[in-house]
Amino acid sequence: MAERKTIEYDFGRVDTERMRLNVGPQHPSTHGVLRLEVELEGELVTDVIPHIGYLHRCMEKASEAMTYPQVIPFIDRMDYISSMNNEWPYVMGMEKMLDIEVSERIELIRIIMAELNRIGNHQIAIATFGLDAGAFTPFLFLFRDREMILDVFEAASGGRLLYNYMWIGGLQRDVPPTFKEDCLRIVKTVRETNDEVERLLLGNRIFIDRTANVGILPADVAINFAASGPVLRGSGVPFDLRRSEPYSLYDRFDFDIPVGRGEVGTVGDSFDRNIVRFREMEESCKIIEQAVAMLPDASEDVRALVPKRIKPPKGEIYCKAENPKGELGFYIISDGTANPTRVKARGTSFVNLALLPEISKGYLIADLILILGSIDIVLGEVDR
Amino acid sequence: MEQNFVYELLGQEWYGIAIVSILPLLFVLGYALIAILLELKVASWVQDRLGPMRTGWWGVLQPIAEVLKLLQKEDITPDAVNKPLFNLAPFIMFVAAYAAYAVLPFSSVFVPAGIDLGLFFIFAVGALAIIGIVMGGWASNNKYSILGAMRAASQMVSYEIPAAIVLLAIASLAGSLNMQEIIAQQGGGIHNWFIFGGEGSILGKALITPVMIVMFILYFVAALAETNRTPFDIPEGESEIVAGYHTEYSGMKFAMFFFAEYSNMFIVSALTAILFFGGWQSPFGDFLNQTWMHPVWMVSKAMFFVFVQIWLRWTLPRFRVDQLMDIGWKTMVPIAFIGFFAIALWAMVR
Repeated sequence: MAERKTIEYDFGRVDTERMRLNVGPQHPSTHGVLRLEVELEGELVTDVIPHIGYLHRCMEKASEAMTYPQVIPFIDRMDYISSMNNEWPYVMGMEKMLDIEVSERIELIRIIMAELNRIGNHQIAIATFGLDAGAFTPFLFLFRDREMILDVFEAASGGRLLYNYMWIGGLQRDVPPTFKEDCLRIVKTVRETNDEVERLLLGNRIFIDRTANVGILPADVAINFAASGPVLRGSGVPFDLRRSEPYSLYDRFDFDIPVGRGEVGTVGDSFDRNIVRFREMEESCKIIEQAVAMLPDASEDVRALVPKRIKPPKGEIYCKAENPKGELGFYIISDGTANPTRVKARGTSFVNLALLPEISKGYLIADLILILGSIDIVLGEVDR
Repeated sequence: MEQNFVYELLGQEWYGIAIVSILPLLFVLGYALIAILLELKVASWVQDRLGPMRTGWWGVLQPIAEVLKLLQKEDITPDAVNKPLFNLAPFIMFVAAYAAYAVLPFSSVFVPAGIDLGLFFIFAVGALAIIGIVMGGWASNNKYSILGAMRAASQMVSYEIPAAIVLLAIASLAGSLNMQEIIAQQGGGIHNWFIFGGEGSILGKALITPVMIVMFILYFVAALAETNRTPFDIPEGESEIVAGYHTEYSGMKFAMFFFAEYSNMFIVSALTAILFFGGWQSPFGDFLNQTWMHPVWMVSKAMFFVFVQIWLRWTLPRFRVDQLMDIGWKTMVPIAFIGFFAIALWAMVR
């Protein structure tokens, strides 16, 4: 294991009693209903035990009683911040099982929606991370812009948070006529706000001091813990499913994979994980611009290939996609009936959360909150 | 020696004393309402939103609504708290904040108690607030509260040192700890304010002004830390320790903490104005420097610094507790000492 930097305090001969502190489930910065059992020596964190399950909704089990299309709304509710991205691997897996090839236009719309949602997710991640550091204003700037993305989703699917938009074999409905202009307008605004946020938050001396060298995650530990997404890339590993195992039409797009370079501290610190998200927003903007240019104007029946009755052949499939938070996969087992025998989700947040005790010992309690924020979890996906 | 128009009108009888003690309280109550509105509105302007708009024209009645809400709320005293201390703490906080107004000169003819040790007194009663915070934090019997109280105690004690050195430097420049005396020396226009070195030769002023600006910034930063405002709101850092020392407080007792914080904001801002920006003196020499204009200048200068504090709060992230200590002890204290020597030298040679 690589060497980790810890803050050392010399308390001299003073013996202090260790204090066990419950952080959560009702706490302003546990990003939901996570409960952390923290052992403190003064303000120094000596042990962290995450307790999960406060938002457990039996989604995997409940899916077994549903038909295949009825599972999609459940999946929306897992990582409720990036529902579009969540639906995609499930839908893709089912299409592979049923041998359906969707048209290029549908794929492009899915890519645009997924990238828009990626921007929305990273906006929340950066905003709440800033909030954890005590900066309130960038939070509202980013949420203001996210509204525009939600408006587009609402116009397309009718939902602002949970979309049920990607269907097995197509889409719920076609995009509205102003879709292209809306997307380009969003890209423009996102870039403007990102400049502002970079000056206000990411370039702020206090913010850099708070996040640099905090919660260092070495690349080998990240790989051993099966971390993925910005958490893994923040440690300098350029692994992105869109590039390493291209699905859909991602091999046609020109975009970079930002990785943590340790600009202000050590590779893999909280700042790196955050800056990777920030730069990914720009890459998503590039993808959206290219996809909008490729998207044919002529409308088509996006439900043409949606099967009336879905009864996949007996078998099983694991299909994964790059969620904003990392690799999200669905392992679907079919016994040939209309209901899945098993739908197992590989929840990114769940896997990444396991890193928290590993990387937060030896820091202060204020750092613990920032490290948790830099991992960017959604409890809906951790507990499912 | 001090002039006090109330005493001149009514004589120093009990009713005169009562009026003198109540006048600042009336001022603080009015100020707190305006400061709450200012906080809400500055926050919303910074954050590209409108803020409260429904209560009265442009939301001006919002602070009254907020105070009424706090008054109506249930005053919860949790079972496990140490009740006497828990109930006493908010009042100590408020007393500490309010006592400082006793020596705050609002005008050349009004200062509630014109004692010669004015600066020292403000500092001494300001330190009382620490007792209130530690008392409230400890008595709450809550781990978050005790963490917040310990943070507050260490922070406020540490930041009193650079602030005290700056005060000492100003006292040596003015040759007095009496605030009326300090302000009187800054008369005659903006160029005589202590931020420009007070009275003296042009060349000397050019040399001392950078030192004074550094001292001003030091004092203001230390003041932010003493009032627990962002970027030093570590004792109540809501993302880490929920609400710090006042986690368990509700209703009016919480309002007392809140009130004390706002009242403290005004005191440190007024002190900044007195120490560096001429207090109640007009910036234009004798123009608009009538007695009745003094409170206007004093309050507007202080309100400007209140505005700066609010502005900073909505702009900056929060420091970490060890970084805060580093800045206080390793950066601010040495700089304050150097500045103190430079100013003492200037006070001798000018």
